[in-house]
Amino acid sequence: MSQNKTIVCRCEDLTLEDIRELIKKGYKSVDEIKRISRCGMGPCQGRTCRDIVLSELAKAEGKDISELKMSTFRPPVKPVKLGLIERGEE
Amino acid sequence: MKKTAEIVIIGGGVSGLATAYFLAKMGMKDIVVLEKGYIASGSTGRCGAGIRQQWGTEMNCRMAINACDFYEKGNEILEYDDDIEFKQGGYLIIATTEKEHEQFKKNVALQQSLGIPVKHLTPQEALEVVPFLNISDVLSATYCKKDGHLNPFKVCDAFAKACRKLGVEINTYTKVEDIVVENGRIKEVVTDKGNIATNKVMNAAGGYSQVIAKMVGIDLPVYSERHNILVTEPVEPFLGPMVMAFQKNLYIQQVPHGSVIMGKGDPNEPRDFTIKSSWHFLDEMARIACDTLPPLRGLRMVRQWAGLYNMSPDCQPVLGSVDEVEGFYMAIGFSGHGFMMGPTTGMVIAEHILGQESELTKLLIGMLHLSRFEKGELILEPSVV
Ligand SMILES: Cc1cc2nc3c(=O)[nH]c(=O)nc-3n(C[C@H](O)[C@H](O)[C@H](O)COP(=O)(O)OP(=O)(O)OC[C@H]3O[C@@H](n4cnc5c(N)ncnc54)[C@H](O)[C@@H]3O)c2cc1C
Repeated sequence: MSQNKTIVCRCEDLTLEDIRELIKKGYKSVDEIKRISRCGMGPCQGRTCRDIVLSELAKAEGKDISELKMSTFRPPVKPVKLGLIERGEE
Repeated sequence: MKKTAEIVIIGGGVSGLATAYFLAKMGMKDIVVLEKGYIASGSTGRCGAGIRQQWGTEMNCRMAINACDFYEKGNEILEYDDDIEFKQGGYLIIATTEKEHEQFKKNVALQQSLGIPVKHLTPQEALEVVPFLNISDVLSATYCKKDGHLNPFKVCDAFAKACRKLGVEINTYTKVEDIVVENGRIKEVVTDKGNIATNKVMNAAGGYSQVIAKMVGIDLPVYSERHNILVTEPVEPFLGPMVMAFQKNLYIQQVPHGSVIMGKGDPNEPRDFTIKSSWHFLDEMARIACDTLPPLRGLRMVRQWAGLYNMSPDCQPVLGSVDEVEGFYMAIGFSGHGFMMGPTTGMVIAEHILGQESELTKLLIGMLHLSRFEKGELILEPSVV
């Protein structure tokens, strides 16, 4: 399997090739890629993929990772059943 | 970035992009859109993206019918290489008070007179539409199968791509800092990336509309208010329509991708630009959603966020020119329902600016002009969340 077919986002089944394609099309931040492809919107909330997306963006822009903006970490930290929240057990 | 433009549109949300698209389509050249973040980074990218034709005033019904017709053919009209994901699973709106039930009778009569395929259902009939709905406090429900929801990022992406093909210049990460007015006329737009000379500016800045209006010396009677929303993990399709309740201030929908999205208004929200998520919302939302649709108890929520409603005194938008400054146009104050109206907004503002007003545009500009607040001609729309 070529490196390009490596899965970056397991929740949404996106490969490195998909991410590189989006960067080439002009989506230029983690936030933009997240919103157009759902990369990082799945149950894991981007725990693996967003670092990979960030480093791909840095590579494409010739910048250091520290110069780019990460997307906001939103609550909850772990997926939680609505029924548990309802009963106040979260 | 261009140094001069025929018009500068401030805001890369659905209102600004749709207007740019219609203006370009109608032949205007040198259109520039300025967006301080990325496309759809404002309310549009944070919204529930629902569209309903079930309104309580003729004006809103007609705005929504027009927008729905556009969205139905959106992929083709905009020649989009992707999909705006318009799911027409209907809206089921439930009445839980006698007052709502009475109002729904009037709404349905109005909607049917305008050709909207809506039905007034008994609680038993509502169960046929959503089998697991808790009907213990439901008096009746209205259902229109042509209502639905879209993917707001894709809608904006589609408009932006169509705009670029028509020659519109869209500058993201470009913030408008000031607008120069001379002798009551627009002269120049000042941004953090340089200035653009122009005689026309459109304020489509969503939750920041009042900040932009201040730049030309207009004090808008609007404020911004945070609204929270959450999404669950994707699951197999089980919920066809959007379920909505005005009294409970609630909406719940399952998007084509499988996730369930739900939101709820809160009368105690601060009136500022806060969009941090609140924990209080989560507790209330879970309680009221699980009570309304019990199977939701088993779903895991994965993310919560918030966005701004730009609220006007009568919860209806402000469209068109202003008396104070020549060349200044607005499409603001959508009060929580500006996404669904997007294509109509774009069409109306473009026709108004170019002086080619259709009957619908004349009606809407006449009713939604800023001066209505001073004249006391407020619009009384009973069906808002
Ligand atoms: C939680 C929630 C749920 C909602 N659900 C629905 C729904 O189901 N259906 C519906 O129809 N509506 C819904 N709405 C309302 C809807 O989101 C808005 O009415 C609509 O998106 C407004 O679009 P807009 O283009 O006018 O504004 P926005 O999308 O906010 O766009 C304005 C843009 O202007 C930019 N901007 C601001 N200031 C400047 C500046 N100085 N320089 C450059 N750019 C600037 C912002 O960055 C922003 O991107 C909801 C809103 C929220 C918050």
